[in-house]
Amino acid sequence: MIKKSIALILIAILFVAIFFTLANDLPFGDNRTTTGVSDKYIYHGVNDTGASNLVTAIVVNYRGFDTLGEVTVLFVAATGVGAVLYNMGRPAGKKRKKTEASLIVRTGSRILFPMMLLFGAYIFVHGHLTPGGGFQGGAVIATAFLFKYVSDTRYHIDHNKFTATESVVGMTFALVGIMGLLLTGYFLFNFLPNGSPGELLSAGIIPIIYVAIGIKVGAELTGILDNMMEVEQ
Amino acid sequence: MILTIAVAILILMMMVFAVYSVETKDLLYAVVGTMAVSLIVSILFYVLQAPDVAMAEAAIGAGISTAVFVIAIKKTERYEHD
Amino acid sequence: MIYYMAAAFLIAIGIYALMLKKNMIKMVIGLSLMDSGVNLLLISLGYINGGTAPILLNGVKPQEVVDPLPQALVLTNVVIGVSVTALALSVIIRVYKHYKTLNSDKVRDMKW
Repeated sequence: MIKKSIALILIAILFVAIFFTLANDLPFGDNRTTTGVSDKYIYHGVNDTGASNLVTAIVVNYRGFDTLGEVTVLFVAATGVGAVLYNMGRPAGKKRKKTEASLIVRTGSRILFPMMLLFGAYIFVHGHLTPGGGFQGGAVIATAFLFKYVSDTRYHIDHNKFTATESVVGMTFALVGIMGLLLTGYFLFNFLPNGSPGELLSAGIIPIIYVAIGIKVGAELTGILDNMMEVEQ
Repeated sequence: MILTIAVAILILMMMVFAVYSVETKDLLYAVVGTMAVSLIVSILFYVLQAPDVAMAEAAIGAGISTAVFVIAIKKTERYEHD
Repeated sequence: MIYYMAAAFLIAIGIYALMLKKNMIKMVIGLSLMDSGVNLLLISLGYINGGTAPILLNGVKPQEVVDPLPQALVLTNVVIGVSVTALALSVIIRVYKHYKTLNSDKVRDMKW
C-alpha cells in the first residue's frame, strides 16, 4: 500500500511537471515554424518535390532514408514475431475455431473483401495528393485479410507468396534509391521529372516508393496477424 | 465555441476510458477501452488538422492493434488475478 | 491547452500501469496508452491557431498551414508502435506457454 501511494505521488508530480513546462515554454497554437527547418519544407516543398501533400513530401522525399530504416524496423519486428512463435502452430488441417462464422459474416466478407483491397490501393496510390499514403493503405489491406480470417475458420495465407511479394517490393525501394545514387550522386534522390503538382502522375519517385511501402506494410502486418493466429491454444 | 465544448467532452471521455482500461480486471474490456482511447485520439488528430495521422491512427491503433491484443488474450487467459 | 492536459494525462496513466500492474498484458496496454499520449503531444506542438491541413491544393497558401514536420514523425511512430506491441505480445504468449501465468512476479526468470 505504501509503495502504491509513493508511486501515485510521483506520477502526479510528473503530470504537473509535464503540463506546466509545456504550458509555460511552448504555448499552444503559437507559430513556431519560422524558427526551424519546417519553414523550408512549407515554402519550398511543392517546388522541390512536386507533391502537394507536404507530409508525404517529408516522409518519402526529404526523409526517405529515415523511412527506409523504419520499414526495416517493421520487417525485423515481423521476423521477430515469427521467430518467437516458432514451432507453436496448429497441426495441418485442423480448424482454428470450433464454431463457424454466421452466414451474414461470410457473405459480407465475400462482398467487402475486394472493396477493402481497392480502398487500400486507392489510399496509397493517391498518397501525394490527398491525406493517406503507404502506411495507412497497408493497414487497410491488412484489415481486409483480418476480416477474411474472422469469416473463415480454415482460411490461411500462403507464406511463401507473401514473403516473395514483400522481398520484391522491398528491393524496389532499395533499387530506386540506388538508381538515384547512380544518376544524380545522392541515395534516394529524385531522378524523375516533378510534373505539375496536383496530377496523379507527378512528384517523381514518390508514387513508386509509396506503392512499394503500401504493399510491404500490408504484407508484413498480415504476416504478423497470421503468425499470432496460428498459435495452438 | 461549439468545437471547444465538443473537444472537452471527448477528452473527458478519453480520460474515463483510459482509467477504466487500466483498472478493470477483465482484459477484454480493457482492450476495448484502449480501442476507444485510440479512436478519440484519432478524432483529436483530425481536429488538430493532421488528417494523415488521423487516418493511420484509426486504421492501425483502433483496428490492427486491437486485433493483436484480442488474439493474445485468446491464446492466454482473460481475467487478471491478484 | 486542453490537448496538453490530455497528452500529459495519457503519459502519466501509462507510466502508472507500467509501474504498478502485475499483469503483463496490462503493462503492454499501458505502453500503448503512453504511445497515444506522446503522439498527441507531438501533434499538438505543431498546431498553429487558425491553420489548415498541410495539403497545398485548391488555393491553400503556404502561410496558413500547420507544421507538417511533427505529423511526418508521428506517422512513422504509429506504425512502429503496433509492431512493437505485436512483438511484446508474442513474447508474452511464449512466456505463458512455459509458466502458465501472466503475473510477472511469478515468472521466476524475470526476477532480479
